[in-house]
This record gives sequence, C-alpha cells and structure tokens, in this order.
Amino acid sequence: MSPRVVFPNKILPYLLVAPQLAITLIFFYWPASQALRQSMLREDPFGLSSKFVWFDNFKKVLSDPNYLNSIQVTAIFSISVAAVAMATALLLAVMAEKVVRSRGLYRTLMIWPYAVAPAIAGMLWLFLFNPSIGSLAYGLRWLGINWDPLLDGEQAMVLVVAAASWKQISYNFLFFVAGLQAIPKTLIEAAAIDGAGENKRFWTIVFPLLAPTTFFLLVVNTVYAFFDTFGIIHAVTGGGPGKATETMVYKVYNDGFVNLILGDSAAQSVILMVIVIALTAIQFRYVERKVHYG
Amino acid sequence: MAEPKALVPASGHDKLMIGQSIAGIYVAHAILILGIVIVAFPIYYTFVASTHSLQTILRPPLPLLPGDRFVENYYEALFGGVGRIGGVSVATLLVNTTIVALGIAIGKIVISILSAYAIVFFRFPFRMVFFWLIFITLMLPVEVRILPTYKVMVDLGLIDTYTGLILPLIASATATLLFRQFFLTIPGELVEAARVDGAGPWRFFKDILLPLSRTNIAALFVILFIYGWTQYLWPLLVTNRNDMNTIVIALKKMISFADADTEWHLVMVTSMLAIVPPILVVVLMQRWFVRGLVDTEK
Repeated sequence: MSPRVVFPNKILPYLLVAPQLAITLIFFYWPASQALRQSMLREDPFGLSSKFVWFDNFKKVLSDPNYLNSIQVTAIFSISVAAVAMATALLLAVMAEKVVRSRGLYRTLMIWPYAVAPAIAGMLWLFLFNPSIGSLAYGLRWLGINWDPLLDGEQAMVLVVAAASWKQISYNFLFFVAGLQAIPKTLIEAAAIDGAGENKRFWTIVFPLLAPTTFFLLVVNTVYAFFDTFGIIHAVTGGGPGKATETMVYKVYNDGFVNLILGDSAAQSVILMVIVIALTAIQFRYVERKVHYG
Repeated sequence: MAEPKALVPASGHDKLMIGQSIAGIYVAHAILILGIVIVAFPIYYTFVASTHSLQTILRPPLPLLPGDRFVENYYEALFGGVGRIGGVSVATLLVNTTIVALGIAIGKIVISILSAYAIVFFRFPFRMVFFWLIFITLMLPVEVRILPTYKVMVDLGLIDTYTGLILPLIASATATLLFRQFFLTIPGELVEAARVDGAGPWRFFKDILLPLSRTNIAALFVILFIYGWTQYLWPLLVTNRNDMNTIVIALKKMISFADADTEWHLVMVTSMLAIVPPILVVVLMQRWFVRGLVDTEK
C-alpha cells in the first residue's frame, strides 16, 4: 500500500471500527473459541461435569461410521451439485453469448432462482416430486418409474441435488456470461477463419480462457454445496431416508441440537472450520480477491 | 478477407459472427428457451397451485393453468392466520422477514463502510490487527459455530428478538473488503483538497465518500437483502415463537407429508409471497445487482 493522505485523529478511528469489532468478537471469535474448547471436552450423560479429553472426540468422530457416511454423502452431493449447476449454466451462457435478439430477456428470466431461498427451492421441488401429490412424480410413475424419494435414498439424493443445482444455475450463469464477454471475439473469429469448427473453437479457445472463472465458480459452488444447502436438506429430507442425505453440516446440527452430543458436534464444527479455511486459502491463493459472500 | 460482420452495429436482430450458422442460432434459442422453462417452471407451477383449491391440489396432476381461487387463497393466508403455525398470518411473517432482511442489509453496509473508512483513511495503532481480525471471519460461517453462538444468544437474552435475528449476521468481512478496495482507488489529492478546504473527517465522509460509493452501496444492498431474506439456519435456531418466525422457517413448519392436514393451497400462497419480494428486488435492480455481484466477487 502506498503512503496515503490520512486524517490525523487519535480516537475517531477506534470509534469507527468499534461496532464491527464488537460484533465480530462476540458472535464470531468467542463462539469459535468455545467450539474449539468444547471439541476437547467430554460431558457425562447428565451434562453435570465435563473433563478434558484432548483429541478423543476427534478420534471418536472420525472412526464413527455415521460420520464417515456423512463425509461420503457430502462429497457425492457437492460434486454432483457443482457439476450439474456449472455444466448447465455454462451451456446456457455459451448459448446466450451467441444470440443477440432477446438476450436481455433471457438474462432477466434466468436470474430468478438466485432470489429464492435454498430451503424454498427444496420445498418447490419436493412439491413437484413428492409421491402423493406431486404432479411430476405422477408423470414419473406414469412412465413406469417406481418413484418415491421419501423411501429410496438414491432418489432422495437426486431430488436434493436437483433442487440445489437449480438454485445455483443463475449465479453461475451470470459469472460465465461475464467471463465469456471478456474473451476477445477476434480470437474466436481468427480460429473460425482458419477453419476450426464450433466444437473445436469452444474446447481449444473459449474453455481454456474461461479457466479462471470456472475455477472461481468451482470453489464458490463447493462452499455453497457444503454450507448454504443446509436448508434444502433440512426442509426436504431431514437427512433421510435412513442417513442417505445427511451431509456434514446437517450432522453438526443434528448431533448438537437434536441429539445434544456436544463434544461430538463441536469436534465436527472444528473439522468443518478446517475445511472452510482450506477452501478460503485455495480461493485466495489461486483466485486473487475473489471472495465468497457470507 | 473476411467481411467483419460482427462489427455491424447491433440492430436488435441476431447477426452472424464469422463461423456461425443460422441453424446454430436457432439451436441456441431453443436451448435457452428450454433452460428458462426448467428455471421458471417450479416457480410458475407454484403460482398455479396457489390459485387452486386444496381438493384440486390433492388430486394430481395439477392443471397447467391458474385456477379461480386467487383472491380467496391469498386473502385467507395473508389475513386469516394459518393453523399449523399457531394461527399467525402470513402478513406478520412478511413484516418479520422484511425487518430482518432490511436490518441485515443496512446494518452490514453501515458497519462495514465505517470500519473500512477507519482502516483506509486513518493511521492508528493496531490498524492491521483489526483488519485481519475482521478478514478472518470469512472463515467462520455460522454453520461451523452453531452451538456456541446459540449459547451466546441465550446468555444475552436475544432468543425470539429482532436483534437476535439481525445482529450476529451483520458482521461481514466481504462488505468491509469491498469498501476498502474501493476506498483505496480514491486519489490522495482528493483527501488533501478536502483538508485544505477545511473539511474534517466527518464532512469528507458525508460529502465526498458517501456520494462516490453510491453504486457500490446499491449493488451491495441487493445482494445483502437477498442474503437476509433467504437465511435459514440462523432464524431456525433463534426463533421459537411462531409470531417471530421468518417466512422461510414458517413455511417449513407448515409442510408435513406425514399428516393429511397440510393446507397446501396456503403453503403455495406463502411460497409465492416468500419468493416474489426478493425476485422483484433482483429484477428491478438488475443493473446494479449484476454489476455488483460480478465486480465485487471477482
């Protein structure tokens, strides 16, 4: 940072940062440090006393088949959501770049789901696809598919992935459109003159030049699938059927708030914290100044 | 060679770039229309369902066109009170959600513009410590500190209050970073000129910095309003009373697939009312929103 012209004032700057700092300390640092401490404590079954157990909670959590299951569920869920949401958005963005007529209208209609809460997105999809009154579930059965996401774990996963991806298409679309617009048209035209077909032009010029956008979106979509989709899981499947859609964040909530196993829940929180730190570090290391909103 | 067709001024019609074919353009339109059908259909169908009677909804498939119960259903939900959520009317939920979304959006903007102002335009001990303290909160989303944060809320007596719904969510590293980034682009000469003219820090902030930040504030407002409106985990934790719920949480409570008594027509109306305000904000403020989103996050 270059030396700047500044205001000489001793007290004012502290007053200006005070509100944000106070909220940050009370609602971020204090709870986070408590989560760290709690993750190394174990309470007796009545919650009367607790003792310090170092990393025992982590060992317990990481050897718990249910937790390993939730890691696997989270991995499948995140990869599917990122893949579906990004591939669809990229296809639509490339198409939107081709047309001139009604381009603005397409964009306007495409950004709606951004404004829909993830939980509501989940409920809308559940309404369409629930076995008793869902009109599209009716259609699936008519096609001879034995559709019941409330009982079949795989179908439940398909449903939450669909809802979560649907909501994220708008966001990815806007970024891909911006990314595509930044690619010089002359490059593409030069390749066309040299005889490269449409597919070839896309994979050898457009796609590589989009890499920064794609990478940025990959991180953002992963963070989204990890954390922001809690509402979808909670509203649509409640982690079920069985534990087929229990993601890591859902399990932290479930163990802490529903089952009241504090030490385990805190240890899981800390594991998630490490994952967020890693993701943020990747984001800043490779994608300068690209920040996730939260 | 190669007549540069792409450079012909846009006339609102599809023009061909070199290497593009008419057929390709039609395919592009077809794919886009299909995409929009997928994107818009769940929302459209919810609207359709919200205008039919409960009996019609319970017998799938639902018609593709709106029914004739628009006025009755919306009136009943907005002012009648919904049984499953303790007789609270959707109007109350809308008020709650609006307060929370506005509180979060305005609160975040205010506290982050102030702290960014301090960090960029003043020199004081611990300046960079404060900056990093704020910056690191990026890595602590509420999902990773659920229980202890909940405990803080209980200790402070903030359960079932607007303060409890809003305050913990208004500390934002991103908004602070964005303002800091923008402030750093403001030339030092401007500050110097203001000081020579006798403007103090407050005058400079009010008369120069705020007007310059207008576009950033508008963009951020849209993004943060949506963020506040669509919150789920936090309102779920800190509200117990039905009349303090946000609309998203109330909606979840209204739905039960186990019970036959879910009032689906009211659920659908509530869904529409939960979706439409943020969509309106996004669509009407599209220009700032799109620029803000792409510029600030990139």
